[in-house]
Amino acid sequence: MSILVDEKSRIVVQGITGNEGTFHTKQMLEYGTVVAAGVTPGKGGQSVEGVPVFNTIKEAVEAEGVNVSCIFVPPPFAADAIMESAAAGMGVIVCITEGIPTLDMVKGVSFLNRKEAVLIGPNCPGIISPGKTKVGIMPGQIHKPGTIGVISRSGTLTYEVVDQLTGVGLGQSTCIGIGGDPIIGTTFIDHLKRFKDDPETEGVVLIGEIGGSAEEEAAEYIKGEFQKPVIAFIAGQTAPPGKRMGHAGAIISGGKGKAEDKVAALEAAGITVTHNLGRLGETVLEVLGES
Amino acid sequence: MKLHEYQSKELFGRFGIPVPAGKVITAVEDIDEIPKDLKGPPWVVKAQVHAGGRGKGGGVKVVNSLDEMKTASETILNQPLITKQTGSQGTKVYQLLIEEGVEIDRELYLAMVIDRAMARPVMVFSQAGGMEIEEVAESSPELVLKEFIDPDVGWVSYLGRNMVYRLDPLPPPETVRELITIMGRLYNLFMNLDCSLAEINPLVITKDGKVLAIDAKINIDDNALFRQKEMKTLDDPREKDPLELEAEKSKLNYIRLDGNIGAMVNGAGLAMATMDMIKMAGAEPANFLDVGGGANEEMIAKGFEIILGDERVKAILINIFGGILRCDVFARGVLAAAEKNEIQIPIIVRLKGTNVEEGRKILENSNLEFLVAKDMAEAAELVAQQVSG
Repeated sequence: MSILVDEKSRIVVQGITGNEGTFHTKQMLEYGTVVAAGVTPGKGGQSVEGVPVFNTIKEAVEAEGVNVSCIFVPPPFAADAIMESAAAGMGVIVCITEGIPTLDMVKGVSFLNRKEAVLIGPNCPGIISPGKTKVGIMPGQIHKPGTIGVISRSGTLTYEVVDQLTGVGLGQSTCIGIGGDPIIGTTFIDHLKRFKDDPETEGVVLIGEIGGSAEEEAAEYIKGEFQKPVIAFIAGQTAPPGKRMGHAGAIISGGKGKAEDKVAALEAAGITVTHNLGRLGETVLEVLGES
Repeated sequence: MKLHEYQSKELFGRFGIPVPAGKVITAVEDIDEIPKDLKGPPWVVKAQVHAGGRGKGGGVKVVNSLDEMKTASETILNQPLITKQTGSQGTKVYQLLIEEGVEIDRELYLAMVIDRAMARPVMVFSQAGGMEIEEVAESSPELVLKEFIDPDVGWVSYLGRNMVYRLDPLPPPETVRELITIMGRLYNLFMNLDCSLAEINPLVITKDGKVLAIDAKINIDDNALFRQKEMKTLDDPREKDPLELEAEKSKLNYIRLDGNIGAMVNGAGLAMATMDMIKMAGAEPANFLDVGGGANEEMIAKGFEIILGDERVKAILINIFGGILRCDVFARGVLAAAEKNEIQIPIIVRLKGTNVEEGRKILENSNLEFLVAKDMAEAAELVAQQVSG
């Protein structure tokens, strides 16, 4: 099992005719992902890498039965694209776009609460179930099927972690980049719940960073309800307060959101927090060996 | 993006939030006119810098005569103001806001901000105004009132009534109405200008029952600047570190820190983790720099130039996990940039991902001093050696 997406998922790429959309469609197809359609308003009837392009998600759903969308639409139009997919009945929406105005996402998330769709991102690398499907921009070749779930707010930091896990022989069940923005579609807890019910996942690696309180909330949930081993890494111990560290959501403000507070909350909940990123793979092996 | 107090107050005026009458001056010579235009004494002379803590730092002075106004202005204008939020160098004050004095009866706090966990805008109100709101929230949380705004409905007055009618003592009915009206106007301002923060501390009730915003702080969502073109023109580049400003122009994500090991990384999370790693190795990071996935030779060269613009840097750590960004492409960019900038200091490189072997070979075969690490652990050791050696 994997969570949210698998080899049967039928993907529609929104913004498929743009540079990013075309490049990553090719990469996804090479990985074995079923990219069944693309949408760029005005370019319906064209074809990208053999994938038919439609003007609207509705048409793509009717023609190709797509149920997962991957969004490469620029920031001014991305929230609109998210809402279009949600309205058309997508089960999972993966929004790669960085730079969406926060108030657009406030509207978008409120709209999504009334729909079925699960939104991964925005400002994320996507979701991958190694060996089954890749919906996003992560390098497929560093992943390997296995039993570790990975939930992360980051992009390349996630790849670093995954590479180490693969290196020590620990494959991954599903890796989800939840995104680096202050307002995102899912939390650590949402995916921990899914991993809890996934018999294939034996342990979880949680990659957090400064800003917000998602890690503290996850710690509470794990303490009360999650039995499988969790190993965490928190980036940004050296981040100065008040500065946005790349990700819009990576900011210590009003004294809240510091890395050391997150580490303390996670450790208090019995979670192993790795401080040495170079040894993360080995640490996970050790923790799993003990359980 | 931060706005100055005087800019925020001008915007408050546009949206119907009352502020004291005031004038911005950039030279002490401009002061002579002020008593004609502004009621007083007293007047208040206020340094216009983005950082908070101006009062305690000596950047806000109440004056009772033209002479006092001049003296206060001469002391503050064109000098660095050091507050607990500026760092030890302080921030140079280029403008002063001089306002008519106000007879304050009560100080309240009012702000609007986005609550991340609830994914909603929230109106925050407290009768403990004129203080550090974070301290009030710690020591007396019952004094900090919040009402979340439903994005599908927007501001409704009952949200204001829920908060204002908790004031103890309760002000007279006209003042209660005025406070609720101002909350609605703050909401309009926040939504229209794509704010991330709109704060009034203190929001004051004067001795004659008027409500005035004595301070004003507006931050605009950086992600919304593309559609807030007028707000963009209000940016003050003088408030920025010159290297950060240069990086911004080249679309590089660079933040200057205090240390001596420069860093260049692709990806914000990995960049933060790299900074942390440098510290754990016993050194101090000199900067945060995320070159992103689309880094080309030009951007890499610019990144080097900016890092080297900081004389404290004695070594550079490059940490790249190539996904879309190929390691050989990156290596060629680094080589070209290093040669162009005639780099004399050691460069530690950790490459991983697509075409990593080609990338490493390109660096190892060059005649520049690259220390190539095969993993994060080795990179950390090499950094530690730089510090001790």
